[in-house]
Amino acid sequence: MTTGDQVTTGDEVTGERATTGGRVTTAGAPHGEAPGKAPRGARGGREYRSPARSAALHLTLIAASVVSVFPVAWLVLTSLKPRTVIETASVRPFEQPTLANYAQVLGETRFLTWAGNSIIVSLATAVIGVLLSATTGYAVSRFRFPGFRSVMWMLLITQMFPVAILIVPIYNLMAGLGLINQFPSLVIAYLTSTVPFCAWMMKGYFDTVPVSIDEAGRVDGLTPFGTFWRLIVPLAKPGLAVAAFYSFLTAWAEVAYATAFMTGDDKYTLAVGLSQFVGQHKAEWGLLTASSVLIAIPAAAVFLLVQRHLVTGLTAGATKA
Amino acid sequence: MTADVVAGRRAAPRSGARRLLSRHWYAWAMTAPVVIVTLVLVGYPLARGVYLSLTDATEANMGRTIGMNVIPSTYEFVGLRNYAEILTSATFLGRLLWTVVWTVVCVALHVGLGLGTALLLNRPMRFRSVYRMLLVLPWAVPAFVSAFIWRYLLNGEFGVVNAMLRAAGFAGISWLDDPLWAKVSVIACNVWLGVPFMMLALLGGLQAIPRELYEAAEVDGASPWQRFRHITVPGLSPVSSTVVLLGTIWTFNQFPVIFLLTRGGPAGSTEILVTYAYRQAFEGIRNYSGSAAWGLVILALLVVLAAVYRSALRRQGEEW
Repeated sequence: MTTGDQVTTGDEVTGERATTGGRVTTAGAPHGEAPGKAPRGARGGREYRSPARSAALHLTLIAASVVSVFPVAWLVLTSLKPRTVIETASVRPFEQPTLANYAQVLGETRFLTWAGNSIIVSLATAVIGVLLSATTGYAVSRFRFPGFRSVMWMLLITQMFPVAILIVPIYNLMAGLGLINQFPSLVIAYLTSTVPFCAWMMKGYFDTVPVSIDEAGRVDGLTPFGTFWRLIVPLAKPGLAVAAFYSFLTAWAEVAYATAFMTGDDKYTLAVGLSQFVGQHKAEWGLLTASSVLIAIPAAAVFLLVQRHLVTGLTAGATKA
Repeated sequence: MTADVVAGRRAAPRSGARRLLSRHWYAWAMTAPVVIVTLVLVGYPLARGVYLSLTDATEANMGRTIGMNVIPSTYEFVGLRNYAEILTSATFLGRLLWTVVWTVVCVALHVGLGLGTALLLNRPMRFRSVYRMLLVLPWAVPAFVSAFIWRYLLNGEFGVVNAMLRAAGFAGISWLDDPLWAKVSVIACNVWLGVPFMMLALLGGLQAIPRELYEAAEVDGASPWQRFRHITVPGLSPVSSTVVLLGTIWTFNQFPVIFLLTRGGPAGSTEILVTYAYRQAFEGIRNYSGSAAWGLVILALLVVLAAVYRSALRRQGEEW
């Protein structure tokens, strides 16, 4: 499909979009509800594996799982060792298990302050990002309008802005406004990447909502805004939540802006604070591992719950499938 | 929606500005928040960055306020000197070369291993969801935590990797202090944390390929390789083209892994373009203008890459 007939053949584009959107949902749904079950039922009769091949398959997957889990498992085990053991080259999983590192992290460092800072900044980024970008995601999903391609390009290009290009001007700007070492400066910096990204992800989600729902709304006399607000938003809540969660994660794990902008240790986010534990001269591996576990466990738990939707959102935004 | 399009067709021949406005004002209004925010938050700093890159601004001559004293800026316009310096410097070529190697190796391993595990997972078997959960774990851990984990695992003195090597009778390797091994280390860490996303994305793509195609091919006597080559690969292309582009951009701009694992060291051997530009701006005497110019060079590289990529996709019939 060439550029020129983009707008005039809009009905074709939309029709195609509706059907592919439907296909994605149906293809994803059985898997989403009961991983493994549906394909087994459907394909079980067709594929038969010899015991040797079956063993090879499982061994490969077990090896891959070990590689994938080992670093995290070792982190957890290390955090339970006293400092004297950590700083010996021990390969034993358990040695004098203790919770001393956790007690020290929670009691003697500013870990909780940093966690609070991270939560404030990430929440603000997520909420503002989603509010600003939801209608745009809808518009680029449903309408072909003059400027459509420019908007899509803008969304794509701002996502690939290297951190190095905006950080200096934004830093100078924030310094001029007296916002260095203040949370708003970080939120603003993060919005530069999360707003286009959320719009992109939500386009993907809106694409999977059948166009017939919009049509029904329009037939009943709703304006495009009414359709969006009353019909699409309630249906797209999971998509909005995923976009918000993704922005939250982006802000939560960001290092460069936070390192440059937050100068006082009462304003550090977790990513900056943790690097204080392992500086140039001293390395408190006990504190580092314990706080890493405290950060990683809630993050991983929530993440594993929503990851299926994350992938759909990330890939569907850019493709028809 | 259909009514809208039909109206659009009828109106197309005599479309004036007013027609366009009445037909598209809601689409424009809906995109306005993002466009405005992007122009203000990205466009303005970008324009300022372009300006700074044409000056000799550093920390020393940048205007600032200390207490009650306002010190005016004294930096000057120097034209394209910063760019000339960057493009002719050995540092740039060296960093560019390593950044390209880093990106290509990482993305190739991400896609290769991701596709491999996705193919394994995309078949009926016991414990499938357990494997899937375990394999996704690296993506669930925030990247900066992963970088710290790896820094500990690869620690020369008491890291567990070296401890295992020694227990097996080999000499330990100074992973993060030797230029070559440091490169291997950052790549290993980034591959570890990047594969799960590729795996999940490609798995989703695999499951969207209609099963009947495989059955028909089997009936026609296609070998497993032929089925992979002529059904799986084309069927995956919408997803794989996107994730390769995303993965390339993410890896090219991968800041936390390099910055937290090796800080670009030893002696700058693992420094990619992005971390180099960052350290110019925020370490030592802050070289704002040089860093801004570096940033723009990096952006130019990425835009060229994306444009080439997109035009290749459009030839294959992508929508935009």
